[in-house]
Amino acid sequence: MSGFSATLGHRSYEFADLRVLLAKATPLRSGDVLAGIAAGSAEERVAAQLCLADVPLERFLTDMVVPWEDDAVTRLILERHDPVAFASVRALTVGELRDWLLDYDTDAAALSAVAAGLTPEMVAAVSKLMGNQDLILVASKCAVVTAFRSTIGLPGRMAVRLQPNHPTDDLRGVAASIVDGLLYGCGDAVIGVNPVSDSPARCRELLDLLDGLIHEYAIPTQGCVLAHLTTTLRCMDRGAPVDLVFQSIAGTEATNRSFGITLELLAEAHAAARELGRGTVGEQAMYFETGQGSSLSAGAHHGVDQQTLEARAYGVARAFDPLLVNSVVGFIGPEYLATGKQVIRAGLEDHFCGKVLGLPMGCDVCYTNHMDVDQDDMDSLLTLLAVAGCNFVIAVPGADDVMLGYQSLSFHDAQYARQVLGLRPAPEFEDWLTGQGLLGTDGRLVMPPARHALLADPSGRPSSALPPG
Amino acid sequence: MIPDEWSALRAMTPARIALGRAGSSTPTRARLAFALDHARARGAVNEPFAVADIARELARRSGPAVLSVRSAVRDRDEYLLNPALGGRLDDASRAEVDAAAGHPGTAPDLVVVLGDGLSAGAVNDQGVAVALAVGDAMGERGWAVGPFVIVRNGRVAVGDEIGARLGARFVVVLIGERPGLGATRSLGAYVTLDPRPGRTDAERNCISNIRPGGTSVADGATRIVELLTRARAAGTTGVALNP
Repeated sequence: MSGFSATLGHRSYEFADLRVLLAKATPLRSGDVLAGIAAGSAEERVAAQLCLADVPLERFLTDMVVPWEDDAVTRLILERHDPVAFASVRALTVGELRDWLLDYDTDAAALSAVAAGLTPEMVAAVSKLMGNQDLILVASKCAVVTAFRSTIGLPGRMAVRLQPNHPTDDLRGVAASIVDGLLYGCGDAVIGVNPVSDSPARCRELLDLLDGLIHEYAIPTQGCVLAHLTTTLRCMDRGAPVDLVFQSIAGTEATNRSFGITLELLAEAHAAARELGRGTVGEQAMYFETGQGSSLSAGAHHGVDQQTLEARAYGVARAFDPLLVNSVVGFIGPEYLATGKQVIRAGLEDHFCGKVLGLPMGCDVCYTNHMDVDQDDMDSLLTLLAVAGCNFVIAVPGADDVMLGYQSLSFHDAQYARQVLGLRPAPEFEDWLTGQGLLGTDGRLVMPPARHALLADPSGRPSSALPPG
Repeated sequence: MIPDEWSALRAMTPARIALGRAGSSTPTRARLAFALDHARARGAVNEPFAVADIARELARRSGPAVLSVRSAVRDRDEYLLNPALGGRLDDASRAEVDAAAGHPGTAPDLVVVLGDGLSAGAVNDQGVAVALAVGDAMGERGWAVGPFVIVRNGRVAVGDEIGARLGARFVVVLIGERPGLGATRSLGAYVTLDPRPGRTDAERNCISNIRPGGTSVADGATRIVELLTRARAAGTTGVALNP
């Protein structure tokens, strides 16, 4: 295939192939610079964007950024491409796709109808031509609704994953953070614990804790212990109460192999999760996390920019009908996303790409202490994502994850976003909060009395929700 | 500000629970406490590495030679943005380390490397004490302990190159860990058998969280010594050594 070139005044720019063009057209971020594939100047970046705008979408079906013979993710993307869904946009270029996405008449139904016809690379490409407001506007038009025991992604609602991590997986410590989050109206997306240890025995204890609380208090939500998929499968074999099966995934076969997974293993887990049938209002039982930079980190990026590879991870996710997908946008470190500006941009890109591809996207709005990022950047990204219709965000007590050593959002932050934009929890969970006297009809949090069921305990424990210690 | 009713739960976890609320927002006191912790964590990443003090203290109290070298990184920004460069020495440092290598047949059993990592303060505070305790203990066990090597802007992998150039059987890298909000000056110790460039994290063992309020200097040193002893008997480090 021939390459691409653009002449701007006296200067002409050459791009050898689509892979190079996509990388050069990507808004600046440290990971692409580290990989040696970023544009050398702001002008070269715009030259690449000008070229990219003229590339026909059909070219993305023949000119694969990672060759199909080398990579199972590429083959999955091609096998699952739906030519009927693609028909309405097949004549468009990348630039024309941007205009079509922004058109008044392109509504939720139109976006949903075309999703299976768009490949991750097409969606990544168009995102590179879009400003932050474009990413927000188009995502806000998408409606992706999923359900298990709660219904997530309905218009006017934003759910929250309650992340009650503890540095030693102490069950009482985990339970204390769960109580805190529930009393702040969080947990409708999932109560999801990252275990310190990946041992099946410890994961089983955490699964039992989550299952016990969800059933004792009749909370319309799902639990998840974010262990490796193989650990979760082992727990399921032993009869553990598994609601959702979690796995970190990425956009190349080799990166996924470095995570200890294959597409076959994901398919096996998906089938096993559905068989459990523990959902009440739906049966979507997979939960995936992703993040820009994972393939570069694993030495498996094939010279492809990190944002395009992130979109390919969504190509993997959508093959397994997930309940929840989120990028952990600022977790991986400054060598991939260095500043608040880069993290905010990446968070909006991830949400946009996932939604346009038909995924129930959330976001872990987060950062580490060696990045040039602070709480104000998190406030900005949270607000922008909430405006964009993000299905859910992740929250930890006081924004400080004391196990993973990074900062996410706080339960208070999630309430801020709901308050300022009039967003409500998932409907089943909202009813539960109201019934528990934790949420007023005006949408305001209500301070529970000391005798509240989640707090009072005749045996003198500070909460009846705590396991005996 | 309205306090939360469940402050008794705070004893169960170091997590920031029961913060209270202003409306539904974070109360002033909790917001500023967080800001202080974050400022300290950011400060730890950029704290100057007291190389001269560490070298002087090690030389004063120890038998083995002390080398002060630097990685291929030019400045702190590059250190953060290009981890691979922090994992190898610059040219002048290579020459210096090579010059310190003994004759064949006199290769050390152990070389201890001290790197600033992401928290120089952790190494400034505790690096000398841990290095000396480990060096002394292994010397008493009959190990040949090679030079202490202090590396500015070093990552864990720089120990592989240093260990290989010195012909060391084991390298222990003492390095500042990425600061968390509650633990900004935490030291990690990475133990690698037959160090050479290209070793992966799966081939090392780590003792982390050496800090006041975490693993003490004495306990950390004891655990490193145990790890070295066990690794020599087993002839391996990394995942194969984990119980």
